[in-house]
Amino acid sequence: MIVSDKSRPVRSYSLSADVVRYSLVILAALAVIFPLYFTVITSVKTDENYSRDKIGFPTEIHLENFNTALRGGRFFLWFKNSVILASGAVVISTIVSALAAFAFARMDFKIRNPLLSAVTALMIIPPVVMLVPLFVLLTNLGLTSTYWGAILVYGGMVTPFSVYLLTNFFKTIPFEIVESALLDGATSFDILWRIILPLSAPAMITMIVVNLLWVWNDLLIALVLLPQDNLRPLMVGITVFGSRYNKDVPVTMAGMLMASLPMIVVYLFGQRYFIRGLVAGAIKG
Amino acid sequence: MLRTNRITPYLYLAPMVLLLVFTFGYPLVAIANFSTRRIRGISGPFIGLENYRQIFKDEVFRQAVEHNLILLIAVPIMLIISIILAVVLFERIRGWQFFRSLLFVPYVLAIPVVGVVFSNILQLNGVQNQILRSLGLERFALDWIGNPQITLYSVMAVIIWREVGFGIVLFLARLQSINEELIDAAKVDGADWGQRLWFVIIPQLRSVIEFYVVISIITMLAWVFSYIYTISRGGPGNATIVMELYIYNFAFRNQLPGIASAVAAILFVVTLILMFPLFRFRSETAMEEMG
Repeated sequence: MIVSDKSRPVRSYSLSADVVRYSLVILAALAVIFPLYFTVITSVKTDENYSRDKIGFPTEIHLENFNTALRGGRFFLWFKNSVILASGAVVISTIVSALAAFAFARMDFKIRNPLLSAVTALMIIPPVVMLVPLFVLLTNLGLTSTYWGAILVYGGMVTPFSVYLLTNFFKTIPFEIVESALLDGATSFDILWRIILPLSAPAMITMIVVNLLWVWNDLLIALVLLPQDNLRPLMVGITVFGSRYNKDVPVTMAGMLMASLPMIVVYLFGQRYFIRGLVAGAIKG
Repeated sequence: MLRTNRITPYLYLAPMVLLLVFTFGYPLVAIANFSTRRIRGISGPFIGLENYRQIFKDEVFRQAVEHNLILLIAVPIMLIISIILAVVLFERIRGWQFFRSLLFVPYVLAIPVVGVVFSNILQLNGVQNQILRSLGLERFALDWIGNPQITLYSVMAVIIWREVGFGIVLFLARLQSINEELIDAAKVDGADWGQRLWFVIIPQLRSVIEFYVVISIITMLAWVFSYIYTISRGGPGNATIVMELYIYNFAFRNQLPGIASAVAAILFVVTLILMFPLFRFRSETAMEEMG
């Protein structure tokens, strides 16, 4: 379903009901804003300014916390690692899921329904359950502490959701379109590649955004599979950074702000895909 | 349906099956195997259910389970907050789209960022206590993440802070697809706001509520590692240890993957059991949408 964005005229309600309504929303908004406000103002304070006053605006704007953070943490390296992991996992998962979803949505075979149910069920299994055997397996294959090992694991972890989302979307594409291509002698792969995929852009974008977010935000798997400092993705990096600088709060906040910027930018531009994608698990996308 | 020969579908499925066997299939079989062995390093002798006996005797495991169960208190709290806010936004208050975007922001932020920021806010000398003191509420200025009695609840509050946005967006999306004539009719019949909520809106949301509750229960039992790790590392002492951290510690600190696998197996079975209502719900909505 699509979240509609059209505004409608405000309906008339009693004044007291409106007071309650607005108070609730404003209270919630303040609860959301306060930690964000705190992070931003603290990131430009000196340590001395911070210990004197933690709530108010900074007496002067000090941007050197960002420099200190950049020198203390390898943000660019962590960022690069995260980009490699997330994009690698998304590419693998997208290819594998598109092929499988095409079979689930458009072909008849014996184990279709039980297999689709089993794949869907995997969405809910927490990664921590698989962690120990995955670590052992990757160690035996010599793939711990490599991008490849982690990319395969991440790609696998996000695949059940991708298959689920794409299968549902592929089913909504009218069969007449496919039929006319068949008459022209197209093979099944032509149909997927030339007809289904170009029509599936919205679903693909939604899936990619959700999967990027999943891999980008993971801490546990990276902590176990990529322990070396030079392979750390951003989330592991900032966790280590946060505990190393916990005495210097302004520098920590500067680091957290820099680490969040990419996702905030993506959110600002791709908001509807975020919302649609995250709701897709519950209400069909 | 496309007419294909018998093997074509399986060719399309093969890469997915391989990848899922690697990331899910093998590990799920392996934890059953590992959990019945005393493993040092790569492998070890079969010891039956000894690992399970060990963990059920372990006081720390009991605490971990208890803490996960305490975190379940967050589920009804998140449910109530997100339904109320979704309904208020649904009633098209001025700027509802802005508020929807704003209230969803925490869910977009990475958990480690949220964890690190809140662990600074909640310090004994942190900003939260400065505010409380300046309001004359000195006695409420507690050691939020240093006092073993309350740290788990502080973590719970942070989880609620970040996760409520998902519930709001979920319920709002569902509300926007229900038939508003029902609500208008109830209004014409003189139902007040509370009655409309209880008798009209909530029944309409029933299946999404069920989904949200199950997902949230699973989150509280098995997806809170990043919060715990970045806010309290399970401490002070074992005051915030949870099953995931217990698995992590046993596998990668204490080098006892057998014990860790036994806990993972238990967690897996719990998730499986919780999955049943979800599947019933999924097939129901599938039916509704077909019909």
